Amino acid sequence: MNNNRKMVWLVPAVLAAAAAALFFGAVKNAGPDIIWGLRLPRILAAAVVGAGLGFSGSVFQGLLKNPLSDPYILGTSAGAMAGAVLCSALGIGRAEPLFYVVVFTGAFLATFLTYSLAKIKNHPSVAHLVLAGVAVSTFLTALIMLFMTLYREHSLSLVYFLLGGFFPADNSLLAVSGGIVAGAVGAGAMLWRYLDIFSLGEEKASYLGADPDMIRLAFFALASLATAAAVALAGTVGFVGLIVPHILRLVFGASHRRLLVSSALGGALFLILADAVARTAAAPVEIPVGVITAVFGAPFFIWLLRRTAGEG
Amino acid sequence: MTSLIKAENIKFSYNGTPAVAGVNFELLEKDFLAIIGPNGSGKSTLLRLISGFLAPSEGSAGLLGRNVRAYPKAELARLIAYVPSELYVPYDFSVFEIVLMGRSPYVAWWRNYSEADTIRVLEILRKVGIPDLKDRSVNSLSSGERQLTFIAQALAQDPKLLLLDEPTSHLDINYKIQIFELLARLASTGGMGVAVVSHDLALLSAYAGKALILKKGGQVFYGPAEEGLSGVNIASAYGIRDAGSIARLLPHMVNRGKMA
Repeated sequence: MNNNRKMVWLVPAVLAAAAAALFFGAVKNAGPDIIWGLRLPRILAAAVVGAGLGFSGSVFQGLLKNPLSDPYILGTSAGAMAGAVLCSALGIGRAEPLFYVVVFTGAFLATFLTYSLAKIKNHPSVAHLVLAGVAVSTFLTALIMLFMTLYREHSLSLVYFLLGGFFPADNSLLAVSGGIVAGAVGAGAMLWRYLDIFSLGEEKASYLGADPDMIRLAFFALASLATAAAVALAGTVGFVGLIVPHILRLVFGASHRRLLVSSALGGALFLILADAVARTAAAPVEIPVGVITAVFGAPFFIWLLRRTAGEG
Repeated sequence: MTSLIKAENIKFSYNGTPAVAGVNFELLEKDFLAIIGPNGSGKSTLLRLISGFLAPSEGSAGLLGRNVRAYPKAELARLIAYVPSELYVPYDFSVFEIVLMGRSPYVAWWRNYSEADTIRVLEILRKVGIPDLKDRSVNSLSSGERQLTFIAQALAQDPKLLLLDEPTSHLDINYKIQIFELLARLASTGGMGVAVVSHDLALLSAYAGKALILKKGGQVFYGPAEEGLSGVNIASAYGIRDAGSIARLLPHMVNRGKMA
């Protein structure tokens, strides 16, 4: 079976997981209002968030020639969170268009900050990029914590947001985030060739006729859009963007021709399943889905770190 | 013969330290130019300057009569291809996918590679002698096969000028000969200009037509390789005091020097 045909199977796999997830939950023999009114929007939210993060991860890993990248590690998610917290401080509601603008700006600026800090020589090394990402994330998280300490009236809703999860799945937010993720994935699918040549490094990409500054800007914008849309729905859910592209590369090969779209689909699949576990594993208590992804993701990150140590 | 590259008094400094100090040479179609010199004499930096990747701090590099820095990136990539000495590839791209990337400068940004690009890539894989490696991961290859893959990628750009930075430095003698034969053929029958930075003096003296010899802080020689790759010039460029050691190790060069 060739790789294009294999990719087609991801769509029914996502649909099957979503259908199965409808019947998983804390309530046994749930009625139609629970299944369609509560679980379906939540499964759709998991799909949108997973797609956005999986796509962003595959973009960052290709663009930065760095297998250890994802929106969580590079500080993109923390930037989006800081934007969301700023909105909360300024009284900008999550349904307002300005909310998305601020969250996107936070994501984009944090990504560029990490990149600029890491870029000591021609091209940032794998380790420098991860360290810069940690520094940016830690700093932004500290600001968020400071805000929460000073303005306690906001902090309870923000705690859930920080842990990552789908507690208030609002339908208009779902539609806006879904549209943004679909648009970003569509644009990425058109520009995939540039991620292939950037996987050889910025210098080689330049010799192959690409303008590195322009391409970097375009993909940072697309990945920040998709991450911002995900964070707006579910807060910071880590490691989806790290794990999913690595697994799918083993199945579909390294070329971004298939990797970008399949990472979006694979991210959706992964997060639908993780959320089903989050809802049922310790029922009636719900585990934040970010906790589930971190439990799988952090060991995976360590394994990758050891494997890539000393390269690039 | 058309002049491809004309370098006029090119200078370049990294943070105030001069890396390339006043280099002059010309590269024509069908030229096979050897660029040699000790470590730190600015050979690799010179390749980045004449390919337009870096801007010289003084002097200029002209490509087909126009400043190389004035070309749009895609147009430049259709004229000049560059093969770096080592390239780490974090993901398992197939050889075909790597070579296909060489067609990038011919594809408009919103489009995909065409059928014609695929055909060209298959032609080039045959020409370079690696059609059987097509579906192999680039990270599973031997160093020699890997180097041939990146030369094939450069050839997929259909360039007029091919620049290579130490293409054979960690290869066995079989691949060294194979690659130098290929480069010589590309220059003589393909009509390409080929410039090679290398420390393989014996191979260069057998294949290169012209030589550019650099030393720290300047240029020792530019001209025909037969005349330039002499014991005297090499001793001067590399700072070898005992010229007798060159006579023992590379006797053909010393003899050539006497003839000139």
